[in-house]
Amino acid sequence: GDPPDGVSPCLPGWSWPPPPGFRLAHGTTTLAFRFRHGVIAAADTRSSCGSYVACLASCKVIPVHQHLLGTTSGTSADCATWYRVLQRELRLRELREGQLPSVASAAKLLSAMMSRYRGLDLCVATALCGWDRSGPTLFYVYSDGTRLQGDIFSVGSGSPYAYGVLDRGYHYDMTNQEAYALARCAVAHATHRDAYSGGSVDLFHVRESGWEHVSRSDACVLYVELSSSAP
Amino acid sequence: MASRYDRAITVFSPDGHLFQVEYAQEAVKKGSTAVGIRGANIVILGVEKKSVAKLQDERTVRKICALDDHVCMAFAALTIFTGLTADARVVINRARVECQSHKLTVEDPVTVEYITRFIATLKQKYTQSNGRRPFGISALIVGFDDDGVPRLYQTDPSGTYHAWKANAIGRSAKTVREFLEKNYTEDAIASDNEAIKLAIKALLEVVQSGGKNIEIAVIRRNQALKMFSAKEVELYVTEIEKEKEEAEKKKSKKSV
Repeated sequence: GDPPDGVSPCLPGWSWPPPPGFRLAHGTTTLAFRFRHGVIAAADTRSSCGSYVACLASCKVIPVHQHLLGTTSGTSADCATWYRVLQRELRLRELREGQLPSVASAAKLLSAMMSRYRGLDLCVATALCGWDRSGPTLFYVYSDGTRLQGDIFSVGSGSPYAYGVLDRGYHYDMTNQEAYALARCAVAHATHRDAYSGGSVDLFHVRESGWEHVSRSDACVLYVELSSSAP
Repeated sequence: MASRYDRAITVFSPDGHLFQVEYAQEAVKKGSTAVGIRGANIVILGVEKKSVAKLQDERTVRKICALDDHVCMAFAALTIFTGLTADARVVINRARVECQSHKLTVEDPVTVEYITRFIATLKQKYTQSNGRRPFGISALIVGFDDDGVPRLYQTDPSGTYHAWKANAIGRSAKTVREFLEKNYTEDAIASDNEAIKLAIKALLEVVQSGGKNIEIAVIRRNQALKMFSAKEVELYVTEIEKEKEEAEKKKSKKSV
């Protein structure tokens, strides 16, 4: 079709038709990392549709069960649907086996379910953050079937900025407060530079006893605080 | 009365029996004896080996089968005419495939209970379909789960399964079970060797020609399945006989 009038084809998300091989980086910043005291999941709250901000306060971290969270990026509808399917699968297995599947199993199930739809424009880029029998565990799952275990993941258009901050400040033996500060700092910096991330910063922590919502802070306020306090 | 309700598997008799399933259980009672014991750190399967014909290759008769690295199964079945060893082969194959499929879809190895439930569900399906007969086998399934707990399960042709501390199936199952009820104590299974001796002693109660007709397999925690060679079994049998002699000597000394 024709591109909408007055739109420059240079901005990501609005090039029409998308140049071959160009992957639309989804308009969001989410991150997750695991450390001694659990797994941290953080995300911005801006839902964008091109340059239109559809929602200022969306929640991009979806709980799956008491000990498992997923950060979502990509198509919101796809993420929401597939997470509900995953919740159902895990609940059924819990009833049959008497215990919840591990995070590795949940990631395997999700990636196997989605890889059946490969090539049909599903777009789900998610980090599964959980605490299971093997301790804090983190998996990255993409809708083409990619499934990777790791210590730090950041997904979305703001992820390069977040990775910079995360790689600088991460170490496994952080305290809870250090981890919270690192996560907030990373998302705040990403929202500052990335046009498609903003709104607020959501912070979640998966502990041995289950997940908890730590805070939701305004991104601009947070960035100003950080710049005034940092040397 | 029975003859009117036992032709088809899917027909109940007026007094609530599924005769085909009960006949399958009779077939199991004709099979060679198998015993399973759950120790503190070890699980043991022992079967009575039928003496093979002169021209038959002994190594091709295998009654204890590994389902996966950490789970194995022994079955009792009528081995001579009706070919129910073939039933066991089919069930074992399906169980092996399921163990690997489970690893593929869910990353984790099966728990012993999961694979037992799978086998039991498979057997139950065959008691409720038309045109099929039940599997004529009972199985003892042993193994260790990820959490390091040893497990022993028994299934029967109707598709029920239960966990046991020790159990026997097959021809002289009743005798062996009575022996186990008397002799299965916390002390008896405290060490691996004592538990193995208990299994062999239980089988020696009912096996005619002693050690050379007994096959033993063990799984120790975090180790692979180990089949004992005939020599190793003989070593245990000799030890057991020595202990028996010493116990009798003590008894006769006391009574004098």
